[in-house]
Amino acid sequence: MKILVCMKQVPQKDAPLKLNESGTWIREDVSYEVNEPDAYALEEALRQKEKHGGEVVVITTGPARAQQVLREALAKGADRAIHLEGNEFVGLDSFNTAKAIAASIKDEQFDLIFTGLQSDDYGYAQTGVLLAEILGWPHATIIMSIEKSDGGVRLKRELEAGFFQHLEMPLPAVLTIQSGINKLRYATLIGIKQAKNKPLRKVTHAEIQHALGPNLQKIEKLYIPQKQKKTEMLEGSAAEVAKKLVDKLKNEVRVL
Amino acid sequence: MATATVPKTKIAGGSFLIEDRQPEEVFTPEDFTDEHRQIAQTTEEFALKEIVPNLEKIEHKEFAVTRDLIKKASELGLTSVDIPEEYGGMEMDKVTSAIIADYIAKSGSFSVTWGAHVGIGTLPIVYFGTPEQKKKYLPKLASGEWVGAYALSESSSGSDALNCRTRADLSADGKHYVLNGEKMWITNASFADLYVVFAKVAGEKFSAFIVERTFTGFSVGAEEKKLGIRGSSTCPLILNDCKVPAENLLGEIGKGHVIAFNILNIGRFKLGAGCVGGARTSLLSALNYAKQRKAFGKTLVDFGLIREKLADIATGIYVGESLAYRTVGMIDEALRDIDKHSPDASTQIRKGIEEYAVECSILKVWGSEMLDQVVDHVVQIYGGYGFVEEYPAERAYRDSRVNRIFEGTNEINRMIITGWLMKRAMSGQLALMPAIKKLMDEVLSGPSMSEETEAELTAERALVGNAKKVALFAAGVASQRYMMDLAEQQEVMAALADIIIEVFAMDSVLLRTLKLMQSRGESGSALPIAMTQVYLSEAMARIEVAARKVVAAASEGDNLRIQTTILRRLLKHDPTNTIALRQQIATRVIDAGKYVTA
Ligand SMILES: Cc1cc2nc3c(=O)[nH]c(=O)nc-3n(C[C@H](O)[C@H](O)[C@H](O)COP(=O)(O)OP(=O)(O)OC[C@H]3O[C@@H](n4cnc5c(N)ncnc54)[C@H](O)[C@@H]3O)c2cc1C
Ligand SMILES: Cc1cc2nc3c(=O)[nH]c(=O)nc-3n(C[C@H](O)[C@H](O)[C@H](O)COP(=O)(O)OP(=O)(O)OC[C@H]3O[C@@H](n4cnc5c(N)ncnc54)[C@H](O)[C@@H]3O)c2cc1C
Repeated sequence: MKILVCMKQVPQKDAPLKLNESGTWIREDVSYEVNEPDAYALEEALRQKEKHGGEVVVITTGPARAQQVLREALAKGADRAIHLEGNEFVGLDSFNTAKAIAASIKDEQFDLIFTGLQSDDYGYAQTGVLLAEILGWPHATIIMSIEKSDGGVRLKRELEAGFFQHLEMPLPAVLTIQSGINKLRYATLIGIKQAKNKPLRKVTHAEIQHALGPNLQKIEKLYIPQKQKKTEMLEGSAAEVAKKLVDKLKNEVRVL
Repeated sequence: MATATVPKTKIAGGSFLIEDRQPEEVFTPEDFTDEHRQIAQTTEEFALKEIVPNLEKIEHKEFAVTRDLIKKASELGLTSVDIPEEYGGMEMDKVTSAIIADYIAKSGSFSVTWGAHVGIGTLPIVYFGTPEQKKKYLPKLASGEWVGAYALSESSSGSDALNCRTRADLSADGKHYVLNGEKMWITNASFADLYVVFAKVAGEKFSAFIVERTFTGFSVGAEEKKLGIRGSSTCPLILNDCKVPAENLLGEIGKGHVIAFNILNIGRFKLGAGCVGGARTSLLSALNYAKQRKAFGKTLVDFGLIREKLADIATGIYVGESLAYRTVGMIDEALRDIDKHSPDASTQIRKGIEEYAVECSILKVWGSEMLDQVVDHVVQIYGGYGFVEEYPAERAYRDSRVNRIFEGTNEINRMIITGWLMKRAMSGQLALMPAIKKLMDEVLSGPSMSEETEAELTAERALVGNAKKVALFAAGVASQRYMMDLAEQQEVMAALADIIIEVFAMDSVLLRTLKLMQSRGESGSALPIAMTQVYLSEAMARIEVAARKVVAAASEGDNLRIQTTILRRLLKHDPTNTIALRQQIATRVIDAGKYVTA
């Protein structure tokens, strides 16, 4: 199986974030890491390759620093990498990101494309689904497990409230992968050593610009939620207070 | 060999005292390759996900867990960077070796266990083994299937290790050495498989042997009950007519000291790097605590006295990194051109490392004393909670202490630092004597106008330049007074070592910051500049105390007056507002929630 894994570099989970001057995104001087579900997507791809043979290719879009996620993936065992490099890719909407990815792989024949379920920064959960649409492939989201079957793949999807869906799908297909579905491996020292010699293809914005349209989405304003502290005394008998409290927890705070 | 690509010049060991380096010539953490960074990341991830969740088990001496961790670390390649590829190792540069020691440091116990295995347990075979011995033992040690240990000390000879009582006698048929005696303080003793044991052949010739746990006549004594690193194993070894095959003699008969001393050099730089990592771990724990602990309606991080400690810890880490990676960078440069297939490759590598014996000793002493101060600060930040076992500060405090004792006590290392430099000076290998003479002429001819320059950090450069002069001056005064007898004047030797240590630390941190400024500019280097200024100012004060001590001991009367005047001139500098600088450092570290350099 030939698998493409889309990986994104996002701010580290515990990084203290500050807004940029225009208040439209965060300041760039934070530490970055691999988007968590993407790490599981890569792990899943590597496991599929170990079982069935084939190739694992990783792709990312973003400035030079984003190459770090590709290096990491190569060190963990991916065979080669594609970097759509440039600041133009920062803040691109999901539709155009998917178009850019599709354009950069038009000469390749993948059986499967994995993306993470969503990104830890914008959280759109769109890129994989849109990519499938652009390629004219079927897709499935929130994937918990993948097994190769005669005609394609047998999948397990996570639904709400502890339910799962089992389904079969033909190839090629796009799958968006849920976090935590496998145990991530470490990049070994030998892997790190070997990664240096693995191919990494760079694609510039100019090369795929023809495939892109105007950005359909723009962040107008980003702000830190104001902390509020409000105390309300509930009056009445114990039973009445309890009733009011349950009502508030259910309908106002919605934690019940 | 993957080598650091930065310093192109081979720099003589100890030359930092008399030569000025350009920032481009020193290796710094900013020069880590992508590969180095990834290895740091893998190591830290391993430490956080595998070691940290097992801290309790490790501390309770569940050695099966510890061994399993070593095995897992081996699978990642973390235990074999110093082992040649042909024997199953990763064979990477010493920067990588130091990075692993640094970033694995989340548990004192595990770091010591791990260090004894990959360092003193394995390296004697790497550098002194025959091809047969390497083939037989190194793949097992590299893979973590076997754990190594190193048995030099005895109950009656620790610092004075060459004076050991354990003896080895060749059997009548010449097939075995029969070892008799008792070793003490042996790390990994209770579960290791292989021990490099030192003994005197025929009671005279100090030599080393590879001893397997299963050899007849070999047994392990009871665990010591220790102040710290309680999760590491420390026991005596009992050698009772222990039969060691003659081919397990390591190196040459009577040359055991070469092995013992060389291995210690590597042990020392790794220990120094480990102390830096330990300090980084401690800072994180202190920040987490201080950011949430409330007192007097504020959080601890709002108090100047807590902020001052946090700033000092961060500065310690920054200077420690500068020292550690500059030292290993130089070592890598010295090893770069060695043809690893040449028959004497190991000898050349050893010699390359030995060149920096003084820097390795400095790193060991400075690192262990920095960490001790850090863990003390952290206990204090935790208040009462720093004094009880439920919180990490207490364990870190206990664990740190041993670093000043093993791998050569800090006293012994101070003697090595000054003694080694004196020896090099006497033999003319290092042009210390001419430098001292030049300085003496210069200072006696009165104050000179310093040249005005436009360079960055002019005042700081001048400070470091003067610190070097103070070192030479104090060494000059001491050697004039005591001549060949100086080695017997331990207090003077140690005071000189204190000055030399600070000079190397000051020089290293300044060069790193200057290098950083070249890439980030002055405004992008505010934090490193502040840390450098704080450190230089404090170090200069320590240098002053030590130099006055030397001069006061070595001179009297008019001489003393003149020399004190000269010292005062050399030590003169404008005061630094370290309170404001520390505030600035603290703000940044508290904001980031961890050690950062930007
Ligand atoms: C936890 C732990 C693990 C260890 N692991 C190992 C191991 O794996 N293998 C191994 O071989 N050893 C090991 N050691 C032993 C360690 O190396 C020695 O303890 C150390 O070298 C000091 O020797 P000593 O304890 O005999 O102290 P001593 O040599 O008796 O020293 C006592 C004091 O006198 C000072 N002193 C001694 N000689 C001089 C001198 N000439 N000038 C000035 N001061 C001097 C020392 O600095 C020290 O302060 C370990 C020790 C500990 C505590
Ligand atoms: C073994 C032991 C026995 C004890 N016995 C008793 C006892 O018998 N009776 C009893 O009542 N208590 C007892 N204590 C408690 C002890 O008095 C407190 O631990 C101590 O007062 C510190 O308080 P804390 O632990 O809450 O630390 P905190 O008050 O949280 O202090 C943490 C750190 O912040 C610093 N800090 C706090 N406030 C400020 C400030 N305003 N400015 C600058 N720095 C500040 C502290 O100096 C410390 O470094 C005992 C504690 C221990 C460890």
